[in-house]
Amino acid sequence: MFRDSRFGRGGVPPLSRRRFVQGLAAGGVLAGTSWPRSLWALKSDSEQQVLAGTNFDLVIGETAVNFTGRTRPAITVNGSLPAPVLRWREGTTVELRVRNAIPESSSRGHETSIHWHGILLPANMDGVPGVSFNGIGRGETYRYRFEVRQSGTYWYHSHSAFQEQAGLYGALIIDPAGAEPFHYDRDYVVLLSDWADLDPDALFARLKKMSDHDNFYRRTVSDFARDVQRSGWSATVADRLMWGEMRMTPTDLSDLNANTYTYLMNGTTASGNWTGLFRSGEKVRLRFINGSAMTYFDVRIPGLKMTVVAADGQPVHPVSVDEFRIAVAETYDVLVEPSGQDAYTIFAQDMGRTGYVSGTLGARAGLRAPVPLVDPRPILTMADMGHGDAHSAHDADTRPDASQSDAEHADHDMSTMRGMNHGGGAMDSMSTMSDGADAMQSHPASETDNPLVDMQVMAPASRLDDPGIGLRDNGRRVLTYKDLHAAFEDPDGRDPARDIELHLTGHMERFAWSFNGIKFTDAEPLKLNYGERLRIVLVNDTMMTHPIHLHGMWSDLEDDEGRFHVRKHTIDMPPGTRRSYRVRADALGRWAYHCHLLYHMEAGMMRVVRVEE
Amino acid sequence: MSARGLGPISCLALLLHGAIAMAQDHSHHQVLQPATAEEHPEEPGRGEEHATHDTSPPPSDQPETPPMNHTAMGHTMPPASDQPRQPIPVLTDADRDAAFPSVSGHAAGDRQLVSFVEFNRLETWNADEGTGLFWDARAWTGYDVNKLWLRTEGERIDGSTESADIELLYGRAVARWWDLVAGVRHDLEPGESQSWAALGVIGLAPQKLEVEATAYIGDSGRTAARLEVEYELLLTNRLIAQPLVELNLLGKDDPERAQAAGFTTVEAGLRLRYEFNRKLAPYVGIVYERALGDTADLRRLDGNDIDDTRVVAGLRMWF
Repeated sequence: MFRDSRFGRGGVPPLSRRRFVQGLAAGGVLAGTSWPRSLWALKSDSEQQVLAGTNFDLVIGETAVNFTGRTRPAITVNGSLPAPVLRWREGTTVELRVRNAIPESSSRGHETSIHWHGILLPANMDGVPGVSFNGIGRGETYRYRFEVRQSGTYWYHSHSAFQEQAGLYGALIIDPAGAEPFHYDRDYVVLLSDWADLDPDALFARLKKMSDHDNFYRRTVSDFARDVQRSGWSATVADRLMWGEMRMTPTDLSDLNANTYTYLMNGTTASGNWTGLFRSGEKVRLRFINGSAMTYFDVRIPGLKMTVVAADGQPVHPVSVDEFRIAVAETYDVLVEPSGQDAYTIFAQDMGRTGYVSGTLGARAGLRAPVPLVDPRPILTMADMGHGDAHSAHDADTRPDASQSDAEHADHDMSTMRGMNHGGGAMDSMSTMSDGADAMQSHPASETDNPLVDMQVMAPASRLDDPGIGLRDNGRRVLTYKDLHAAFEDPDGRDPARDIELHLTGHMERFAWSFNGIKFTDAEPLKLNYGERLRIVLVNDTMMTHPIHLHGMWSDLEDDEGRFHVRKHTIDMPPGTRRSYRVRADALGRWAYHCHLLYHMEAGMMRVVRVEE
Repeated sequence: MSARGLGPISCLALLLHGAIAMAQDHSHHQVLQPATAEEHPEEPGRGEEHATHDTSPPPSDQPETPPMNHTAMGHTMPPASDQPRQPIPVLTDADRDAAFPSVSGHAAGDRQLVSFVEFNRLETWNADEGTGLFWDARAWTGYDVNKLWLRTEGERIDGSTESADIELLYGRAVARWWDLVAGVRHDLEPGESQSWAALGVIGLAPQKLEVEATAYIGDSGRTAARLEVEYELLLTNRLIAQPLVELNLLGKDDPERAQAAGFTTVEAGLRLRYEFNRKLAPYVGIVYERALGDTADLRRLDGNDIDDTRVVAGLRMWF
């Protein structure tokens, strides 16, 4: 079933003509240092740089890259984008000397930093300027040194303004002190990311001026006519009126998409076709990492089942799926056993269905398998946003994929929105809600009359078993959070002694983001007591999906019964959800806590957590 | 930290895993794959760690584990206690030194100054007297809540300025979709220049109607008001029709400028633009303008037309 590349691809993606979606075949770093691959190198024939051991010298500088036909400056580590794969071993003490060699001419500032994402370490090693240390000034070297107390797949990135989106991110692989909990023959990092030619500062300003710049999928007059034909005049008008009342757009799935971004796999565009080699019958471990600034990916390998064995570096009971959604900053380890074909496509489309990046698992270099079409674009429903009862999202599951039945959507919206005579959030008549709705969600006082809060959720649910917008009933077995069972007991075991509820808030038009309606700069640190076990409850009061990352400590996601479910460092919060996790405050110090959509973080969706004695 | 103590627990969990896989309760976990032999090699390694690091072997856990089924696995056992399975490390001075280094504060972008300039209408047409030029531009600089606004609107016919005003306003977001603005307006034309104090709102009304409504107070009791409402009708995502209505109101007769108290003029336009990119969109449009009420009578008396229809071509742009 494979095809040689000269015959082209199997499908003709709707965006294939666009150069910047696929990017250049030979794109990437224009001039870089070649680093020798170590004994621990991944068994890969790709050009990934791998540095292994306990002593590392990392030099952060500016490097010219070209992914789209335009040469742009990137911030790189040792001249590499992505940054070199670092390979540590559990139980060792690593020392990393990070030198700031960013030239004065750079627009990316004079300071740099590296944060080790998901790694347990002393607070002053965590690498967040102004929180854990003072950053690394130009010409300076910071010595990171800490004991490695965990194993698995992680990543690292800059935490200085806009440097991560300019290229400073890389994979971090920690081999266990003992044997791996699963057998495999080959091991590849698959690091997904998004590249924008536009300077990140300019992109942030653009979001502030026109947040829906990239939404070229708003509903038009002809969509209206089609919906009237399918579902009648009154239902269609009512649907449009509801969205108009909220001043929102149901096609607003992500702030930025392939109109801005070129998606990369291990620093290579789809045209570049990153390839991992295998021999038939081998078991291949793929370590997926989403190092994007703003992009959620839906990943699948047509023809192969993927067995998910770890999430965010931590082992889970193996679960076999066709597809998974990877939030920004998450990692998933999967095992695949390719056989019977010489080539398989690793396909990662963005959540908004505007583009993709693909690579190949091939029996030899230069092969390609057909590349699927990007899926139809889903349309958000009121139920997705937690404005209907909790079951409504599941009703949607039983219907054909959203975008293939807009007409039904109008009906569906109606059914979940009956009685909603709100002004963009406040629901005046809960009594008319259909059965099964939870008690009405209360909201912090700081959200009331707050001009930077454009929505409040009314009936949120955990939706741990929801594959997510655009993935329901697509005919594939899609991973959900409910499928992820930690392969170990709750390592703490205590019940949380208290709850902290935080609401994810924002304003789409003003592009302001916050917790509880209070932006980072205006917020007091969140105080935890050293040694305590507490529960954090997150409620998403926005129509966007947010990956929430707590530094320094694990986020132990709970199931619907409030029991320990899976250990993560980044918790995905789709619109309309309320999810809880346990935190064991066993790391003294100041820690960052934020949305990992980097422009949301920059806009204020961040807090400092202080763990105090 | 947990990984250290995670050793014994995950060891236990994985030991059980094999056993459980055989007696698996499929009704709970269809997704669970049968345990494979490969999973066992972990045990020796983890076992070492167990012996070395485990300071809290929970022997009390073990009797509870054998009957474990999948729902129990990893979730319910043992009964929660006050004591963590993995003890909380006792803090040392080194820990304390590392915890709160002296730092200068995190630089976030949530107070970043942003500046925006938009020519909503910049258009020309063939007037009887020559070429007409009309502009309607706004700019702001500021933050999410507080902004400084500059607005200007004016018309030139055949090289001479018929009307022109400029406003400098402080704007504050006061509600979800509304900014309150207050400041000054200065009219350069028609007639002698005059100044007003201005108070108004800029915002997004339900159904995404873009609204600017402003009241003005001048000297010797003059008052005025202006309302501008526009909407975007998407023919496609790039071909966009923009209906716009602008209504002017005056509180006191102004014979010098041939205006009377009441509604003075209304303008209704329909502009069709094509967004080659978001920032630059050429358009064509048809605009109907009419004098109202007593102002219309004044114009009639002067022998002027009270209405005018024109076909315009222009550019909409922002940066």
